[in-house]
Amino acid sequence: MNIHIPTPLRAYTDKQQTVSVPGATVAEGLAGLVAAYPALQQHLFTSEGKLRSFVNVYLNQDDVRWLPAREATAVKPGDELSIVPSIAGGTTATASRTSIATLQTGCSPLGRRLRLV
Amino acid sequence: MTLNLSHLLYRDLRTHGEETYPEECCGILLGRADGGSITVLRLVRAGNTRTDSAHNRYSIAPQELIFAQREGRKAGLEIVGFYHSHPDHPAQWSATDFAEAHWLGCAYVITAVEQGRATVTNSFLLTGTREEDKAFRPQSIVLPSSEPRFNPD
Repeated sequence: MNIHIPTPLRAYTDKQQTVSVPGATVAEGLAGLVAAYPALQQHLFTSEGKLRSFVNVYLNQDDVRWLPAREATAVKPGDELSIVPSIAGGTTATASRTSIATLQTGCSPLGRRLRLV
Repeated sequence: MTLNLSHLLYRDLRTHGEETYPEECCGILLGRADGGSITVLRLVRAGNTRTDSAHNRYSIAPQELIFAQREGRKAGLEIVGFYHSHPDHPAQWSATDFAEAHWLGCAYVITAVEQGRATVTNSFLLTGTREEDKAFRPQSIVLPSSEPRFNPD
């Protein structure tokens, strides 16, 4: 199966965007990936061997965590696995409505760090 | 490491924050990164899935990331960063931004939108080699000195 690697993890896959590994299930595919690129282990899995909470694995368009068999889900020829770290954030709830002027600490005003070349 | 982008893209990401005010906007930056800089060549606007608290939270659906990643592959680009807005809040990363930042080596661009108008835009590079040593470092946003001709194609 083909596994698509997100930008931050390509440093550990010889800069490859997509890696082809053997395996009949999602778990086998991920195991194959880590076997080929052992440095990925700590980035994908906790010390207990579970996927890190912010690491999403999608089988085609489906979140593996929500599939009935989860990582034991069988993979068919042509299926694609995507590793997608989550992206989220926002202002802190306690300060979100505080004046910009009073909280503008440690951050450059427009123009100071904006350069024209 | 600087963040390079065109005036057009810079304007687009700031305008997005004004359009969604008082809620946070968010999006994906596609481009190229080398040792010294990140160059943004395309923006992908994303929906904010945090409809329960969109004024102070954002989240991009993984499906949108997969779509952007696929579009990037077709165009020879990669995901090099993300942007979002802080309605009535500084363009400074928050504890929430930091806790939920996992794309090491990518740029996180934040625009403060005050009373519906984009004010300050800052970019922060997520440095480090793993979760335990990650850090946000301010990075300069570099715009071309002359306005490039807009080519709708």
